[in-house]
Order: sequence, then structure tokens, then C-alpha cells
Amino acid sequence: MTLNNVWVFAQATNGVATTATLELVTKARLLASNVSVFVSGDGAAIAAAVGDFGATKVYGADCGAHLPGVAMAAAMKSVIDGGESPDLIMFPQSYEGRDAMARLSVKLDKTVITNNVDIEDSGNGVTVTTPIFGGNTLVATTFTGSGPFLAAFRPKSFAPEASGGAAAAVTAVVVPDLGAAGSAKVTAVHVEETTGPKLDEANVVVSGGRGLGEADKYAMIEELAKLLKAAPGASRAIVDAGWVPYSYQVGQTGKVVKPTVYIAAGISGATQHMVGMKGSKNIIAINKDKEAPIFGIADLGIVGDVHKVLPKLIEALKARG
Amino acid sequence: MNIIVCVKQIPDPAAPGALNSESHTLKRDGKLVIDDSDMYGVEMALQLVDAAGGGEVSLVSMAPNGETSGMRTALAMGAAKGVLVSDPALQGSDALTTAKILAAAVQRLGGADLIIAATESSDGYTGTVPEQMAEVLGLPSVTFTKKITINGSTLQASRQTEAGYDEVTCALPAVISVTAGVVEPRYPSFKGIMAAKSKPVEQVTASDLGVTPVGWDGAGQKIISVTQAEARQAGEIIEDDGEAFNKIVGFLENLKVI
Ligand SMILES: Cc1cc2nc3c(=O)[nH]c(=O)nc-3n(C[C@H](O)[C@H](O)[C@H](O)COP(=O)(O)OP(=O)(O)OC[C@H]3O[C@@H](n4cnc5c(N)ncnc54)[C@H](O)[C@@H]3O)c2cc1C
Ligand SMILES: Cc1cc2nc3c(=O)[nH]c(=O)nc-3n(C[C@H](O)[C@H](O)[C@H](O)COP(=O)(O)OP(=O)(O)OC[C@H]3O[C@@H](n4cnc5c(N)ncnc54)[C@H](O)[C@@H]3O)c2cc1C
Repeated sequence: MTLNNVWVFAQATNGVATTATLELVTKARLLASNVSVFVSGDGAAIAAAVGDFGATKVYGADCGAHLPGVAMAAAMKSVIDGGESPDLIMFPQSYEGRDAMARLSVKLDKTVITNNVDIEDSGNGVTVTTPIFGGNTLVATTFTGSGPFLAAFRPKSFAPEASGGAAAAVTAVVVPDLGAAGSAKVTAVHVEETTGPKLDEANVVVSGGRGLGEADKYAMIEELAKLLKAAPGASRAIVDAGWVPYSYQVGQTGKVVKPTVYIAAGISGATQHMVGMKGSKNIIAINKDKEAPIFGIADLGIVGDVHKVLPKLIEALKARG
Repeated sequence: MNIIVCVKQIPDPAAPGALNSESHTLKRDGKLVIDDSDMYGVEMALQLVDAAGGGEVSLVSMAPNGETSGMRTALAMGAAKGVLVSDPALQGSDALTTAKILAAAVQRLGGADLIIAATESSDGYTGTVPEQMAEVLGLPSVTFTKKITINGSTLQASRQTEAGYDEVTCALPAVISVTAGVVEPRYPSFKGIMAAKSKPVEQVTASDLGVTPVGWDGAGQKIISVTQAEARQAGEIIEDDGEAFNKIVGFLENLKVI
């Protein structure tokens, strides 16, 4: 089949479409002539932005205090029941994306394929690519049967490129009655503020891991990050240990980063960490174990103690002013 | 308070993963162990039942070859009983089919006040099964839960978000998925391990549960190729002699980052 009608599950923060959304809209436009996006909240807020990247329609659904996943899936199903027939629905590999996709897959009785980094429509099949085993192996999977095909993509899988399209036409969708499934409600929202550049957009990322030894030592990472105008990051080991908030995590279940320079200090290089950072242009690793897997992908590897190397590096950078 | 925990039994994560060259599915012929990610759910369930002052923790699992060793670990921690769905016909099942099977196993146990799963498994990490299961059962769900308390028939949870966390309330019965590290899973005691051996695990097939089609037929997807990605080459590795920091400074200068 050839894709004709592609939907994108969009996300916006404070009325601004996320980069992941624009990445997916760009790819959707290259796959099909009709691209519509679905967003929780007012579609008008992002109509110009997604239009600029190639969407012609935006459906906005007011989810109220509902968790967006369950409400958006119901809203999307109602538009399909109303006669629209998407061939493919693209989701970002995010919390809301995953929830909405999972709920919709049951409503439509369609399979989901997640963690993808690419998609191709060969004319006789739609194939997605998923990296496994830390990205060393690529699996190509084709959807069988009829659409809509449901696929989720990791951030930074596609480069966002504007096409100069007009603002997308806005349609408001009413979220149908969710019954018992709708009883989960958000009562308060907490934002864990980070200062400096955003982890997934920074040009330089400095991450620390369990090799730092204790929570206090993460201050070295923050100081180094500040000197390099970098974003501080972390392995899951120290997020789970409560040293830093989850929003710092790099990896399979955290952020995907592709900075010019990635510095990994006291991080072993587990496959789940590497899938989140191996797309970095340059990787510097500091680890006291010369067998650490991280050295296998480092452009510059320092076999040494972070407690010795980092303070000297910080001093040297400070001395440069 | 009765809680059902989904327990996935997976190949030992310490052994490098491998795909079956013909079916392209993950090799699962060795002994399977409980997925670490599910230990948090088991621990959380035991604590919640304790706090409620009564009830029990049951398990559901889908695994090949009548495998129960991972379930026994959870039984040794304190779970009371379980249902194992094991059936050659299930080979090749996708996440949606898995969710339908687990939902049917939950119903076979008579349902529960709360159903707990991990946010994603360590081996397949599709990350959709808990929410799909909730939809199949017509229940509300709170995914990515970090903390949970229960008051009567309502749960209060902190739910991780990209920016921080949300506070969420939800009526029971409900499905939740829990993130790693939320509680400290207990070690099974010797007494627990001995007791686990005689705790009941009912083994059923997909057709016992009335779920069709399953396996490859139900999957809606087909792996067509498996290739090696272009490997990233290692660069220069040096031992720190006290001056290695200079190397880093030089490297950053070259890239005009400083
Ligand atoms: C590398 C890889 C990638 C895959 N990608 C996809 C894909 O994109 N789409 C797809 O449909 N299938 C996929 N599969 C197949 C998938 O692993 C199976 O469908 C599996 O039965 C359920 O998926 P999961 O473990 O990935 O689920 P997840 O959604 O990651 O599981 C979340 C949680 O649900 C519970 N759970 C899941 N399975 C079981 C079980 N058998 N018994 C008890 N509890 C369980 C556990 O608590 C688990 O932590 C993939 C398999 C592999 C090996
Ligand atoms: C489903 C799943 C998803 C996951 N998702 C992620 C993810 O998104 N991100 C992630 O990071 N992990 C993830 N993990 C966890 C991952 O498998 C590893 O456990 C984790 O990345 C290890 O973190 P670490 O490198 O900090 O710790 P460790 O593996 O303990 O490594 C610490 C390193 O520090 C070195 N070291 C010790 N002392 C010093 C010193 N003084 N100086 C220099 N070096 C020192 C050691 O040699 C060692 O190599 C996931 C796991 C699973 C199962």
C-alpha cells in the first residue's frame, strides 16, 4: 500500500509544539500528502508551527484533568469512527505518546511497534527500524494486515525541516465519555527546574554515573557543565539512587542526546545508556576501569579516577576564565 | 486489599541477548529469571497489602515451557499464588496479545483492587502492555508511578513526567505501572523460599482463557531483517598520569567548544 493519510500525535509545552512533534510532522510530510496532527488542548496554539512543517489539519481535544493518554486515544477513535481513515499514526516515544498509543491499539485492535528510529514505505509494505542490544543490531519490521499502523519513534530520529506550509486548519474534538477508565485525574503538576541549556538540545552534555561514589560529588558534574555551558546528565543508576531527578537521565528510558561533545564520567556504558548518547558527535569517557564498555565508543578515553581528573579539569577551565 | 502483580520471566540479563536466526524472536531456551523491573511491583504490592491490614498478592505471568522459576522468586518474597499462561501457540505474540492474555489471567483470578506492572520490561521494552491491559479490562490507569498511597477506594500517586512529576488521584480498581527504584525489593528469606515451593500456581493455555488469535497469527507485524549497525570506532585511550585533563582541554579546544 502507499501511505496517503498520516496522523501525528503532537505534544506542546505552554502552547509550543515540541521538537519531537516537528520531527515527526517533517517525516510524515515526506511519507504522505495528507498530514493531520492531534494535540491535547487548543489546536490553534500550534496550528502555525505544525503547518509550517507540513501538516494541513490539527485536531485539538480538551482533556481537562484527565491523563492525556486515555483521553486522546478516545478522541482519536471518535474521529476515526466519524469517517476519517489514517493509514499510519506516528507517536513520539514519550509518556503521553506511549499511553495514547497503547489505549488506541486496543480500541482499534491493532498492533504497536515502538522504539523506532526510521520508517519506510516501499509501496508494498510499511517497514520500521528498531535498534536493539544497545543499537548494535537493527531490526526491520513490516506491518501486516490493514491500517491504521501504530508506530512510536525515539526523539531525534528525523531532522525537523520547515516546508513553509500555511497554518493547519483547526478542528476541536470533544473527548467522549471515558467511563471508569477516565477516573484518573491530575491534581497538581510539579516542574523540576533545571538551569542552563536543555539536556536534549545542549551542544555539550556532561553526565555522571555511579563512579562518582556519592551524591555530593555530582556537584563536580554541575560545575564542569556550567564552565562548558553544557547540560548536566546522568546514568539511571544515580537517578534510581535519588542523587538527581529523573529529568537528568540519558538512555533508553531517559533522554536521547546528540550533542557535539558528550562527557561520561564514572559511567560504565551499559547498552541502555549507550542508546541514548551514542549518536553524539564526540564522546569523552573517564573511567577507572580500562575494560569499561564506554571506552569502546569513546573518541577520547581517560583511564583514571574521576575524583582526580575532574577537579584538575575544572581548575584548568577556570584558569582560562 | 487484593493486588495482582504482572511478573515477566526473562532470559538472564547478565547473558548477552541473542535472536533466533529463523524466527527473529529473542532466544528464551535457557532458564528464565524474574525481570528485575517487576521486583519493585512485587515489593510495592506486599507493602500496600500490609498497610491495608489484610488481603493478598497474586501473580500473573506469560512464559514458555511452563516456566515458574521467576514466579517462585516473587512467591518467596511473599506473594500467595499465581496464574501462569504457557502455550506453544503464544510464540511470536505481540504486546497487544500479551496484554489480552494477562487481562484474561487477571479475570481468572477474579480481578483485584489494584494491578501492578513495570513501565517496560528489560528484554522487550515495548512499554505498552500495562496501559493496553487497562484498556482491555476497562480500567483507569496511572503509568510511570513513583509513589503510591491508598485511602479506602482511591489511590494517590506521583507520576513521573518529562518535566518533573504530577500528583494523580484514581478510583480503584486500577492498573498502575511502576518505575525502577521506587522501593527496595526485599530478599526472600529461607523460610519464604521453602514456602514458595508449595504455593499454588495454576497453569493455563490461551484457549483455556478464550483468547484468539495469538502468536504469529495475531501479531500484525513481521520481522523482515536483522542487520548490524555501523559500529562506532573507539578512539584514543590513555591512562591518567596526572596530566590527562590537559588532553581533554586540547580535545575541547580542537572542537572549538572552549
Ligand atoms: C527487542 C524486542 C522488541 C520488541 N518490540 C515489540 C514492539 O515494538 N511491539 C510489539 O507488539 N511487540 C514487540 N516485541 C515483542 C514483545 O516483547 C512481546 O510482545 C512481549 O510479550 C510483551 O512485550 P514487552 O515485554 O516488550 O512489554 P512491555 O510493555 O515492555 O511490558 C511492560 C510490563 O508488562 C508486564 N509484562 C509484559 N509481558 C509480560 C509477561 N509475558 N508476563 C508477565 N508480565 C508481563 C511486565 O510487568 C512488564 O514489565 C519485542 C520483542 C523484543 C525482544
Ligand atoms: C529496561 C532498562 C532500562 C534502562 N534504562 C536506562 C537508561 O535510560 N539510562 C541508563 O543510564 N541506564 C539505564 N538502565 C540501567 C543500565 O543497565 C545500567 O545499570 C546503568 O546505566 C549503570 O549506570 P552507571 O554506569 O552509572 O553505573 P555502573 O554500571 O555501576 O558503572 C559505574 C562505573 O564507574 C566506574 N568507576 C567507579 N569508581 C570510579 C572512579 N573513582 N573514577 C572513575 N570511574 C569510576 C566503574 O568502573 C564503572 O564502570 C536501564 C536498565 C534496564 C533494565
